[in-house]
Formats: sequence, structure tokens, C-alpha cells
Amino acid sequence: MAILIDEGTKVVVSGITGREGTFHALRNRDYGTKVVAGVTPGKAGREVDGVPVFDTIAEAVEATGANTSLIFVPARFATEAIYEAADSELDVIVCITEGIPVRDMARAASYLRGRPSRLVGPNCPGVISPGRSNVGIIPGEICTPGRVGLVSRSGTLTYQIVHELTQRGIGQSTCVGMGGDPVHGVGFIECLELFERDPETDLVVLIGEIGGDDEERAAAFIREHVTKPVVGYIAGFTAPPGKRMGHAGAIVTGSSGTAQAKAEALEAAGVRVGRTPTEVAELVQATVP
Amino acid sequence: MARPKALGGAGLLVDLYEHQGKELFARHGIPVPRGIVAETAETARTATEILGGSAVVKVQVQVGGRGKGGGVVLADTPDEAEAAAARLLSEPFKGHRVTRVLVEERLPIAHEFYAAITLDRSTGTDLAMVASEGGVDVEELARTRPEALRRLHVDPEIGLRPYHLRGLTNHLPKEARDLIEEVLAGLYDVLVRSDATLVEVNPLVLLTDGRVLALDAKVTIDDNALFRQPEIEMLRSVFPIDPVEFRAREAGLQYVKLDGEVGIIGNGAGLVMSTLDVVQQAGAAAANFLDVGGGAGAGAIATSLEVILSDPNVRSVLVNIFGGITRCDLVAEGMVEALERVEPRVRIVVRLDGTNAEEGRRILEEAGHPMVVPAATMLEAAERAARLAKAAA
Repeated sequence: MAILIDEGTKVVVSGITGREGTFHALRNRDYGTKVVAGVTPGKAGREVDGVPVFDTIAEAVEATGANTSLIFVPARFATEAIYEAADSELDVIVCITEGIPVRDMARAASYLRGRPSRLVGPNCPGVISPGRSNVGIIPGEICTPGRVGLVSRSGTLTYQIVHELTQRGIGQSTCVGMGGDPVHGVGFIECLELFERDPETDLVVLIGEIGGDDEERAAAFIREHVTKPVVGYIAGFTAPPGKRMGHAGAIVTGSSGTAQAKAEALEAAGVRVGRTPTEVAELVQATVP
Repeated sequence: MARPKALGGAGLLVDLYEHQGKELFARHGIPVPRGIVAETAETARTATEILGGSAVVKVQVQVGGRGKGGGVVLADTPDEAEAAAARLLSEPFKGHRVTRVLVEERLPIAHEFYAAITLDRSTGTDLAMVASEGGVDVEELARTRPEALRRLHVDPEIGLRPYHLRGLTNHLPKEARDLIEEVLAGLYDVLVRSDATLVEVNPLVLLTDGRVLALDAKVTIDDNALFRQPEIEMLRSVFPIDPVEFRAREAGLQYVKLDGEVGIIGNGAGLVMSTLDVVQQAGAAAANFLDVGGGAGAGAIATSLEVILSDPNVRSVLVNIFGGITRCDLVAEGMVEALERVEPRVRIVVRLDGTNAEEGRRILEEAGHPMVVPAATMLEAAERAARLAKAAA
């Protein structure tokens, strides 16, 4: 099962002829992902190492039956690719692109509301269901198949925690990097909901950071709707207010968005919160059946 | 993640100065007081004379709380304005360098209001707010007197509509409603056309002669959108910027200066934030946030080291790299090359993990640089860097 992506996932890559697009599309394919098509306007008829390129997503879907979109298009054109994928009603849209203007994303998010597609990202590392499918830039080598689900706002911090789990022999069902932008697609709540329903996930690791109130809302959701154990981590305890820490969304504004408040909200909902990535892995190890 | 950013950078929110915000407002039809920007006390005096002999002198900084902090001075004469400007221009305001003041006409106020529109990240829609009181802390008002505050979410697909405007203003005095609706429409225009994430007027005032004016202006611009906002990019060029932060930004590094003694280099914002936290748990404090990004070649690492070592408080450096797409062997090669260009005055603890980590560690070991200390895990690296910083203090 896993969530969002699995053996049935067939990927169409927007921006496949670009440097990043080519590199990661082929890397995903090497992992075993079914990368069935690419899209670059004006380059229809070409191939990227055997992957056929089309002018539009609609044509790619028509020809190959793709059901998942992976976007490596530059920031100023990326929402265009999101709209295009949504119009083709793809199941999942994974947008890796960083630096999309937030107003463009707000409009795209509004367009997606009430449509069947689920957006992951933007400014995210993507999704991996180890041993089944890898859509994005998460290094497959650090993951191993298993029964822990993971959802995160960060990239390399996720790798760090996954790596520590793998080293302890704890495998993952699916790892979702939801991205570091203020307006984004699926969040903690949607992923928790999917993991709760997934018979192949026993425990969920939630990795948050300063800024916004995603973690607080996740805590409220966990209290009401999640029966599986959740282990948490929050980055940015030492971040000063008013300074943006790398991610566009990672900023403490006034007294809101602090790591302390988020950790407390999660703990009040019964989540065990580790203070270091290593402690997170230890908590998971102590909790998994 | 997918590409380094040419513009912007960590810690650099594009908050416009009040006078810049007001210039934007005026161009979108929002009435503002007559005002003149002064970079010297003499100009402030002349400005006050032009404005009729009395004025308000307001410090221009990218930080709130100017009124309470003594940054807004009422001057009854050109002499007083000159003295106020001389004082405000001579010292930092709440740690921010001051290069200019705004000299404005004084106006007879009948009533104060509050108006703002912000992008609400939790819903991805615009949140418009209007209060029947001005000069307020809006979060506190929402808690203590929620009836004074109207809040409405606006879907960016349809924009701010007349029914939104009616719903936002029909608790206000009748004589001010139409003009405030015009101000709100203007604010929404600024928000959309200038790629702002916040436009705030506190206070918005009704004058005794019946006019409505924006007495203050706070505008925050999304720096991801600067590529299509050349005018805003120009406005930003007047902000005083720390030369070290500027250098880091030019090199595409995400750098924020902090107050501790352990310099930090890491890849990926989340991992770097986590590294700062782990250093604190090890009993020290980080001197900075620095995300070297995905590439992490010799150039980026050399510049990172230079940037960090230029901070005199730094007593040790911690390099924490988790190689995903970034390959640790290339990072190690970059490190060795960087150390030929930069002579470090403190010890550098290096932790490499992930893709090609063993190869990377071997490269560092073979180079055998006397100032480089290898560490196996993130935790161990943080502890060593903390100990070294203490020993060097």
C-alpha cells in the first residue's frame, strides 16, 4: 500500500530536458520508478534516454497513461505546470521547484481546491515509498522498506532522520517532503490521515520547523483522529524572531510560530517529541511494535 | 532545493520603509499626508518650513514600535524638527542603522481606524482586517475586543469584491465608510500588483475636514517575486546592509548572523536549524545560520568559511553535511581547496554523512589539515565544536 505513490505510479516529468529534470528523472527510473513520459514545450518527439517527450501533459497522459506529475520547471513557470497537471486530473503532483512567488502559489492552491489531484510541495524533496517508487530528489540509498511513515517540512533534515532510522534497521512505508514554503499542497494533516488509513504503516514521524501553525493544527488533528503512535521533531528552537531561516516559511513572527509552542502542542496531543534527530530515532525504536 | 536563488536570502524580508510604502499607496490612489524624506537635520528643517512650520518627524527603519520607542517626534517649529532629526539620525533605533527620517505635515484627526490585508499562510487566501480603533495591537484587539475587528478571507481567484468591502466597513461611522472602502480597494491593488504579503495601515485616520488618510504604512514584499518587481528591487537598494551578509548573499548563500561562538555551515535549511539547536544542547551557541545549498563546491565552501571567520566572536566552526544529492567526496575536495585559500584561525569540526561519505572522510584524512577535526555523527560533531569553542574562549 504505502501512501501517495507505489508500484502503480506512472510519472510524467515536466521540465525533463533541463539539467535537473534529466538527472532526477533518470535517477528515479534507476530506482525502479515507472518514469513514462516527459514534457517540454517545443520538444515533442524527442527522447531523454528512452523516455518520450511531449508538448503537453494531456498528450503525455493520453499516450502513456501517466497518473503522477513531477515538476522541475523554473519558478516563474512552475505554477503553469501545476495547472496543467491538475487539468489532466493526475492523482499526485510533486513540485520540486523552489522560489515560486507566494501569490502565484495561493492562486494555484485555490484552483486545486475541490479537484481530485493532490499537490506535494513546492520547494520540496518529493515522495518515496522505499522499494516501490521514488518521485523527486530524496536519495533512495538512505531509505529501506518498512512500516514507519514520515512527513516533513524539510529536505536534508529528513534525510538525516531517515538515515538514523535505517541505520537502526527501521524501514519506512512512505516518506513525504511537504516543502518549506508558506503556501503548499498536502500538509501534516492530509498525510496523517493517509498514514492512519494505511495498513502498512504502524507509526508516523512528523518533522516540523518554526513558522506558521501547521504543527499546532496537526496536534489538534492527532488528538481527535490518529490512533497510531506519532513521534515528532521541531527544528529552530534557537532561531531568533523576525529572521527567516532559509525556508521562505521558516520565520518566527512575534510570539507565534516558535519551536517551543509547537513542541508543547504536539506533546499535549500525546506525541513524543525528540530534541535531536538521534533522539527521534531512539523514540521510534522504543515505540515500534 | 532545485536551484540556488540569485536574489533574496535568509533573514532578508523585504519590509519597505514607511515612506516607500506611502509612495506605493499614493500611486494606487490611497491618500497619504504630505511628507518629505530627509537624510540630514538641515533638510528636515527646510521640509518643516515647506510644510508650514510644524511637522511630525518619523524615523525610517524596518522595525515596529517606533511610536513607543521615541522614533516619532512632534515638532512645533523648524528648530525643533531639526533637533529631532539630528538626534534620530545620530543613533541606531532598536539596533537598526538610521539613514533617513520622514518629515510630515500635522493633521487634525477626528477618528482612528486600522486596516490591513495579509496573505494567510494557513488557508492560502488573503485575510482582510478592519478595526474601528487605530494605533492598536491587532492580535491583542482580536483577543480583548473582537467586536471591534472585522476579518474576512478573500479567495485570490476572485479578488476583493464590493460585498467584501461592505462586510468589512459597515460597523464603522457612516461618514468614513465610502472612503475607507476606497482605501481597502487600493490596498488590495498594492498587494496584488506589488507581490506584497502584507499591507497594513495603523492608524488609518478620518480628519476633521472629512478626508481619510493613511497615517502609517507597512508593506512586506515576497522576495520570491522580486524578479518581476524591478521597482521594489530598487527600493531595497537603499537599506543599510551588513557587509558580511551582503557578501554571503552575493555568493548565493543563505546566511543569518547570530550571537554565539560556534560558526555553522550546513546543507539544507532544516538541517542547519537543527544543527543550531543541537549545538545549544551541547552547551554552546551558534554564531550564525548558513545554508551552503545543494552544490557545495570549493567556491561556496571557501566563501562560507570567509564569511563565518570574519565574525570575531567565532571560536570554532562546525561543518555538518548530509549528502543526499550533494556528494560528500565533492564537499571534502571543496573543503581541502578552500583551506588552501582561507587560513582558518580556529578549529573546524567536519561531519560528513550520506552519499559518498566514506570517500569524503578519506579525502579529508589524507589532506591532514591541522585545523580540521573529523567527527562521525552530528551529535558528536556538535559536542566537539562546543568544547573547542569553550577551550578557545
